Amino acid sequence: MADKILMKGNEAIGEAAILAGCRHYFGYPITPQSELPAYLAKRLPEVEGVFLQAESEIGAINMVYGAASTGARVMTSSSSPGVSLKQEGISYLAAAELPCVLVNVTRGGPGLGNIAPAQADYYQATRGGGHGDYRTLVFAPNSVQEMADLTIKAFDAADRFKSPVLILSDGVLGQMMEPVVLPDPVVFDPDTKEGTLTGKGSRKKRNLVTTIFLDADQLEEHNWHLYQKYQFVTDEFDHGSWKDYSCELHQTDDADIILVGYGIIARILKTVVEKCRKRGIKAGLIRPISLWPFPTRIISELSKKTKSMMVVEMSTGQMVDDVKLAVEGRIPVYFYGRTGGNIPSSFEILNEIDKIVRID
Amino acid sequence: MNKVFSRPKCMSNTPYHYCPGCDHGVIHRLVAESIDELELASRTIGVAPVGCSVFAYDYFDLDFNSAAHGRAPAVATGIKRARPDSIVFTYQGDGDLAAIGTGEIIHAANRGEKITVIFVNNAIYGMTGGQMAPTSLIGMKTATSPYGRDAATMGYPIKISEMLATLESPVYIARVAVNTPANLMKAKRVIKNAFQCQKDGKGFSFVEVVSICPTNWGKTPIDSHKWLAEHMLPVFPLGTFKDKTGIEKAD
Repeated sequence: MADKILMKGNEAIGEAAILAGCRHYFGYPITPQSELPAYLAKRLPEVEGVFLQAESEIGAINMVYGAASTGARVMTSSSSPGVSLKQEGISYLAAAELPCVLVNVTRGGPGLGNIAPAQADYYQATRGGGHGDYRTLVFAPNSVQEMADLTIKAFDAADRFKSPVLILSDGVLGQMMEPVVLPDPVVFDPDTKEGTLTGKGSRKKRNLVTTIFLDADQLEEHNWHLYQKYQFVTDEFDHGSWKDYSCELHQTDDADIILVGYGIIARILKTVVEKCRKRGIKAGLIRPISLWPFPTRIISELSKKTKSMMVVEMSTGQMVDDVKLAVEGRIPVYFYGRTGGNIPSSFEILNEIDKIVRID
Repeated sequence: MNKVFSRPKCMSNTPYHYCPGCDHGVIHRLVAESIDELELASRTIGVAPVGCSVFAYDYFDLDFNSAAHGRAPAVATGIKRARPDSIVFTYQGDGDLAAIGTGEIIHAANRGEKITVIFVNNAIYGMTGGQMAPTSLIGMKTATSPYGRDAATMGYPIKISEMLATLESPVYIARVAVNTPANLMKAKRVIKNAFQCQKDGKGFSFVEVVSICPTNWGKTPIDSHKWLAEHMLPVFPLGTFKDKTGIEKAD
């Protein structure tokens, strides 16, 4: 077994990207993700890779677009305001079906906000963010180990589903240090991909990467094609080979109240579940690992067995909408959120649960 | 019978969508001839812009990417860095390159990206219906400067070639026109030099082509070329602003 090493979350993403065969990184400085570009600026030249600090987030995402069109495994990272700037490019990447991995080490917003951790970019991440009919796959790690593991899976998913894949992290996970066992390196050859831009070479037909379909019928056909792909991705996470990356269930079998939270919040909620159980409250936890596709099916099924759900987020309430859509009004769905860069404590959450249990 | 003139090999057999009298067709041809003569077609990747030449990729039988508005130099950067052995060029208009894409072009030039940029400057937005461009001349009437471009509120025409020539990294920067046979022959040599520069691995090469827009200028093609000579060239003088290619001058 590989050794455990102590790493920051941001660094774990960087090293995992290299292990996944990523040799191209384009980014622009922003806190609190700075350790990631700094790590890759040092590491990528050691593996004959390219680290490039772009003139802006817009420049960086378009460099990703260019590199991805050649078949390379490529990554960019940023934090909330920077990810807003990248949305134009993400829409183009989704439209052109170009694989790439994006990292958002989320901070407090809106506007310039602050550099403290937040989960207020859920809507932007899962609803597309940019213009047009598209989705982005979104992974939400909750530990430094998962920052590494899900980075590798993100590159796999990007290539498998020909789509940008977003790792939605936050300032806590990015900055904190934990022991990590690094995954095995992946052998990746960009020349095995089809339709990539390499120069026409001896090919009879040239390859073209474009997102323009002037004819309404053609664009509609393209959009339904994308839609069907997204349905397929959803099925894969619901029942198929990506099932294990949909969500984690913790003590949900006999739970009267099921907490729902992702990322760093899920770590706090595990403590809350333990404390509840000690007090005789049968609490459980659903932790979505994939935010899009969302574990709608599982939440829907569990809503038939439990009495209530409570969503906890570091926002004024975004994922709670998806939980309510899954629950379809069967049981009450409560919400507790802290925002602006504040992290709720297990005590605060317990107090909220006490109120709910009294109501119930 | 000898065939003395034919379509360049790396051009496709596709009728242009451009307006009658537009210079794009001629400029496309010069690019294609240069690529053919330097035997680069098999490893060339083009990047098309947003604007009138958004469908430039239809006319070249080359691998092509189509970038978001103004982002072609960033897309080209990504391609060239991932495939360093390829020949990468962008083809952009003045709205694309000199307005929304100013940041991308300056920094691609400043990093010395080993790409070739063909910048077609006709001082107006063509595709969207003749709006004022950063390169529009003082007094020029457009859809969004109906009283003429006023320097006091709209500034002066941006001279991109001169601006880029202040940077250390670029290897080749020149401005040409295709309004007369003599200028056209010069433009061909310059565009070929720009690709030669990239073939030799030298660095960033940039060719600005001062051009016309008969449709939105409201002039015939012949009058447009006269207007170009009389009004555009004094503001955008032709010449070589930077040349570290080491390619011998033919004239």
